[in-house]
Amino acid sequence: MEDGRCRVEALECKECRARYALEARFVCDNCFGPLEVVYDFSGLDAAETRRKIQAGPQSIWRYVDFLPFERQPQTALAAGMTPLIRADRLAERLGIGEVWIKNDAANPTHSFKDRVVTVAMAKARELGYEVVACASTGNLANSVAAHAAAAGLESYVFIPADLEEQKVLATGVYGTHLVAVNGSYDDVNRLCTELSFERDWAFVNVNVRPYYSEGSKTLGYEIAEQLGWELPDRVVVPIASGSLFTKIARGFEEWLEVGLIEGEVPVMNGAQADGCSPVARAFADDKPVCKPVRPDTIAKSLAIGDPADGPYALELARRTGGTIDAVSDEEIRQGIKLLAETTGVFTETAGGVTTAVLKRLAERGDIGPEERVVAVITGEGLKTLDAVRGSFETYEIEPRVSSFTETVEGSPVAA
Amino acid sequence: MSITVKIPTQLRAVTSGEAETDVEQASTVGEVLDGLYDRYDGLRERIAEDGGLRRFVNVYVQGEDIRFLDGLDTTVEDGDEVTILPAVAGG
Repeated sequence: MEDGRCRVEALECKECRARYALEARFVCDNCFGPLEVVYDFSGLDAAETRRKIQAGPQSIWRYVDFLPFERQPQTALAAGMTPLIRADRLAERLGIGEVWIKNDAANPTHSFKDRVVTVAMAKARELGYEVVACASTGNLANSVAAHAAAAGLESYVFIPADLEEQKVLATGVYGTHLVAVNGSYDDVNRLCTELSFERDWAFVNVNVRPYYSEGSKTLGYEIAEQLGWELPDRVVVPIASGSLFTKIARGFEEWLEVGLIEGEVPVMNGAQADGCSPVARAFADDKPVCKPVRPDTIAKSLAIGDPADGPYALELARRTGGTIDAVSDEEIRQGIKLLAETTGVFTETAGGVTTAVLKRLAERGDIGPEERVVAVITGEGLKTLDAVRGSFETYEIEPRVSSFTETVEGSPVAA
Repeated sequence: MSITVKIPTQLRAVTSGEAETDVEQASTVGEVLDGLYDRYDGLRERIAEDGGLRRFVNVYVQGEDIRFLDGLDTTVEDGDEVTILPAVAGG
């Protein structure tokens, strides 16, 4: 490319490689395979691209050359550039060398979903949509409602009726059409897929899903940039549909291709909850595809019983020497506490899953002493308060010094 | 005896644009699909392979994923609704 930019080429089927124009389309007509955006990176010079990124905005738009746009879109609520925190106290507790926490709760609506929604919403507007919608386990609901409000678009948000109250309230406040469906997330997803045929709306994770999922690559870019343009040795990522897990690795692969970083794709460890572990189960059984399950776990943000990118998540974990592990609800609660007590980061249940799997890997001896590990914390603890309710004691005293010394300092816990 | 089948947008090119059709004389999901394959050229290649469904094709009977039932052997009754959908949405 004469202008030194990459070119967004087409949508391509991940199964049969058939190509399609860059429109609102998510399934291959020939084989029903998922479509993905493909680029021509041959026009990118590594040094020039690095300078451009470093001079770019403090948001995912600094990586616009790796996103499906010809020029940087205008967005009212940007996402990304969240902190990457070195977690020495956590590493010490786990008996491993070096751990970093990528805290994606530090996004506008407190989860990584702001990345994918920023991209999907910008593409929806470019394609001329006036209404956006989504099927959500909660975090996406918050994000779509907020970004639609900021952009002045009408929105419809579909959630399972049994969602955590915090996630329901943090969606409705933005003035969306909030639709609680009597069913599981997979029922909600099926309903939205059917509706996408009949409504001229951009369903961010249905008909514009190929663009939406590109937003998750920015987590990989940020990790590499924040580590000083280096790759970690291992990344632990929660798995719901498997899209985030596979796209973080895709981000690393693209930067390796362009020459922005050197080395190889890190070991990729996926994290699921026992109560919804179709991908972990297929991994353990050495199967190429997942058998759907009916979720029953406190990690509702990961409660997808029929994961769309399951086969690709399995392939990635195996190809990089990683694993996909599942942990119990009790381990999830302990994971939330472990992260909070050692890093000051309070995460939701999905982050509890990630931290618990990191602990599992450490205890199992999977993590070498020289390894640099990154754990991706995808959401905020204030959204799943039930998970920590009753997990600690509170002193109740009278407003007198004597009451304090007797009750607090005199208690066995304080001594 | 009649089963209603809902056709996703992605298959309407081979069903002459029809979004819904009826199949008579079928007692299982497999027989319903066979009925459709006979009727519509090009449909089988798009959604089936090796005697089963392609891995990104989901089929539901009365809203229930047939993988929770008996797969292609799942029985269907008069008035049932069978839905064919792409599996790659969501998350």
